[in-house]
Amino acid sequence: MKSPPSPPLPGPLQLEQALQLLAQSGREPPAGVPGSATWVQGLIDALVELSSRDALTGLANRRAFEMALAREADRVARSGEPALLLVLDIDHFKRVNDTYGHAAGDEVIRAVALALLDSVRPMDLVARVGGEEFAIILPNCGSAFGQTVAERVRRRIESTPVQVSATLQVPVTASVGGAFAPQWVRCTPGLWLERADQQLYRAKAQGRNLVQLEPAAISVVTNEEKRLLFDTFPMTDHE
Amino acid sequence: MSLAPPADLPPAPASQAGPARTGAPMPHIVAVTSGKGGVGKTFVAANLAAALARGGRRVLVLDADLGLANLDVVLNLFPKITLHDVFTGKHSLAEAILPAPGGFSVLLAGSGMVEYSRMTAEVREQLQALVAEVSPKFDHVLLDTGAGISDVVLYTVSLAAEVLVVATPEPTSLTDAYATIKVLATTQGRRRVHLLVNQVRKPGEARTVRAQLQQVVDRYVNPALEPGSGAVRLELVGEVPVDPAVREAVLRRQLLLEAMPGTAAAMAIVNAAARMPS
Repeated sequence: MKSPPSPPLPGPLQLEQALQLLAQSGREPPAGVPGSATWVQGLIDALVELSSRDALTGLANRRAFEMALAREADRVARSGEPALLLVLDIDHFKRVNDTYGHAAGDEVIRAVALALLDSVRPMDLVARVGGEEFAIILPNCGSAFGQTVAERVRRRIESTPVQVSATLQVPVTASVGGAFAPQWVRCTPGLWLERADQQLYRAKAQGRNLVQLEPAAISVVTNEEKRLLFDTFPMTDHE
Repeated sequence: MSLAPPADLPPAPASQAGPARTGAPMPHIVAVTSGKGGVGKTFVAANLAAALARGGRRVLVLDADLGLANLDVVLNLFPKITLHDVFTGKHSLAEAILPAPGGFSVLLAGSGMVEYSRMTAEVREQLQALVAEVSPKFDHVLLDTGAGISDVVLYTVSLAAEVLVVATPEPTSLTDAYATIKVLATTQGRRRVHLLVNQVRKPGEARTVRAQLQQVVDRYVNPALEPGSGAVRLELVGEVPVDPAVREAVLRRQLLLEAMPGTAAAMAIVNAAARMPS
């Protein structure tokens, strides 16, 4: 990349902590001559990366999720492509913590994160948005596939007991709620999330380890439907 | 889990716009909606109200296009008291109900309603309570909804017993009307949808439009509905011909039925009013 001539740095920069933070998170120090523009850019990029990740799982964190959700809501409104938002909550997670301790709890969170990454497409964004709460944004996921993918996620977690110590396996389940972005209806990321959340509450209320998707409001008119609407109708009078 | 609202937005809405929870809407409440904007929905609602009022009925038009209301413009009214004042408790409902030129009553949203353009739980409750309170006092209540199929529109329609879709024979309007019908059938269990076709160029064109819409509904919507729940049926309320008088009345900001009652369009609206569900 061609970089414009870099202006002189405004006084001595305090970068020790930034470098320590990178080292602590297991990341390489930035490439290039320390203090050069390339090096500083590399450092900033690494920090940006770091600040959009969840420390425990390496998934996107809440901040990155909110940005991605807003982007996707916007994209869906313009492109008309369907998109699904899933929200998940580990069932009775407090019990895990209380019974086996917080280290075991962390292990469960990490295992669920892996199970999620394992059961969706690379293009989908998996995020840890709260203690035992996760969310997945699935771009270009049609309403016909929503139930299938959500079920796959749920079963994947159910079928993977977590090894929390050499001798102890803990069964883990999660409840899943989901909602599609309305394709040409005004939609805010907050409202979209709210809808998915409502379905999650329903899944919880109905006994947990369940998938609940909001019934899709089918506002899409397919080409076939349009053809039938216009084909035999004398539209020529209406320019 | 909920998102922190972005700085430029009011707090996150409480939940999805679904049908009203308590009680069935009273039978004389009709939502007037269209899918596409600019098809003359508000014009039709106001003049239908005038036609019904002329028949001696007590009629209320509620401007439910919260956030982008323009019933006041159509009627040339500049209300001091609006729905906004009722919602904020500044004025009573009775004070906000105004007489309109056509002999009916209106409840106008006013421009202060921008903040209600998202359907929060609070707005839903207020709107529902308001409709429930006001309805018994009238023979017909028309809810003039906004364009599109937003949450606000869907919620408003859910407060009505019947729905009247206004469409023109243009392909874009037909597509949007069809999408609206589909959404109402699947999300609200609507099985009867009334249709008024505006800006018709040939007499009888509305029947063709209705048949065409019904055909697509029968092919794509009805088979997908829950078995045993009935089929969606479109009922034609009437057609309003393209008539230069309409444009003139709108520009003069007068009701067609008041300004030019003898014109073809005005008479068509009177005919449609006689077929309105009540």
